[in-house]
Amino acid sequence: MRVLRLLFVFVRVGVMSELAYRANFFVQLFESLLELGTALAGMAVIFSHTATLGGWRPDEILALVGVYFLVGGAIRLLIQPSMEQLIESVHEGTLDFTLTKPEDAQLLVSLQRVEIWKLTDIVLGFGVLAVALARLGTRVGVRQATAFAAALLAGGVIVYSFWLILATLSFWFIRVENILMIFQSMYEAGRWPVSLYPGWLRFFMTFLIPVAFATTVPAQALAGRLTWPTLLGAGALAGVLFVASRLFWRAGIRHYSGASA
Amino acid sequence: MKELRDIYVQQFKTSFASMLQYRAALVIWLIGHILEPLISLVVWSAVSRSSGGSVGGFSAADFAAYFLVLMLVNHATYTWVMFTYEYQVRQGTLSSVLLRPLHPIHSDIADNVSSKLITLPGVLFVAAILMVVFRPAFHFVPWAMAAFLPALFLAFIVRFLVEWTLALAAFWTTRVSAVNQVYFVAALFLSGQIAPLSLLPFPVRLASAILPFRWTVAFPVELFLGRLTPVQALTGMAAQSAWLILSLVLLRFVWRAGVKVYSAVGA
Repeated sequence: MRVLRLLFVFVRVGVMSELAYRANFFVQLFESLLELGTALAGMAVIFSHTATLGGWRPDEILALVGVYFLVGGAIRLLIQPSMEQLIESVHEGTLDFTLTKPEDAQLLVSLQRVEIWKLTDIVLGFGVLAVALARLGTRVGVRQATAFAAALLAGGVIVYSFWLILATLSFWFIRVENILMIFQSMYEAGRWPVSLYPGWLRFFMTFLIPVAFATTVPAQALAGRLTWPTLLGAGALAGVLFVASRLFWRAGIRHYSGASA
Repeated sequence: MKELRDIYVQQFKTSFASMLQYRAALVIWLIGHILEPLISLVVWSAVSRSSGGSVGGFSAADFAAYFLVLMLVNHATYTWVMFTYEYQVRQGTLSSVLLRPLHPIHSDIADNVSSKLITLPGVLFVAAILMVVFRPAFHFVPWAMAAFLPALFLAFIVRFLVEWTLALAAFWTTRVSAVNQVYFVAALFLSGQIAPLSLLPFPVRLASAILPFRWTVAFPVELFLGRLTPVQALTGMAAQSAWLILSLVLLRFVWRAGVKVYSAVGA
């Protein structure tokens, strides 16, 4: 509950600061639509030459595109801006102000900036998912929907913990934002099923930069081709990473000296 | 001429030194340039496998060859002037550039070439690894190999001039990112980056041939792979030359008009 209340406060601040730049909304909407159009046109080109791609039917790939936009939107809405702000405040020494607040510091830094117009990606993602669901039709039952929600939650937690670990590195190193940029550009590879990639690359995308859990696994759940071990593995990885990132964050805080403040 | 050469020598020294300071940024660019063709390569290989080994005359090994050469050609011809001009015009730092007694395009060319020279070993290293992993099939045609270098050089110049002219949009609007985005999406499909042009529908192919896109990326790639006839190669180079002249004229015109409306806001 506390999380939701805090999130609501930060969303309100985000809305208030962005309402001053309303034209940005249309620019953002235009760019999101363009990106979606690109993804769909790319799909159209590919499926004009084949009926299935690595065993995935067009509607299933469409669901994957929806998940890709949804998760990517969540990253750009909340995780990326907050983590970039964290890195900056470690550099500037302004993290002091956050640490003195009577609330869990990790919670505060994780919600501290909301780029509200990125909601367009999330809305588009839901739209694409809805279309994909309608076309997949009766094949999606309650079980698939539950598995999808669980996989999406696990994927979200994995991505968040991963970003937090990277951003926490800024307590020791200076140029961490470059690593974040690299992760952000690698996320693009998650637009296609990871099963297409050769073994070593798949391993890389599953464990080193966990885009596989963020996009492929939830889409697999919708298509009803998710096995229990994968789902449990995703849940376990999410739990482990969440605890690890928490411990790492605490170690970082202990190391923080607020030198430049 | 000698004067210009001296200026370039000096400019290269400066650019080289300053680019070496931004190694991390160069690595990020590099990853983007490797990732996109790699994704396309993986996806199209899967397509060719699931449709019996070949799609529109491309086997998995042909796709590997296409996208690996595309990666190298794209690296040789890309520019990022859109981003620098947006920043320089918005921040007003362009004013100091305008005060120099030399057209700013020269320092941009030097910057561009130095950054590529610095990242070239990285690109070649990655290309060598990918070559081992994906086992591309090359059919070398001697005359086409000979024609490849001039075609690549023309492609670089045309792309540079076109994108440099487009970057000047920053003089008229502060929302350049939307303009750039449109251009990038067009380039993705029309210059053969998302798929070989022969696999795209006819209207797209037509647009890519009329606009400069095909001539800046896809044409040198197809030439290198020996997929063109001598007549097609000559027509392509003629198209490149035509775009070279046209873009030079456009650039001159747009630059003059742009500098007139530039008001150095924020400087």
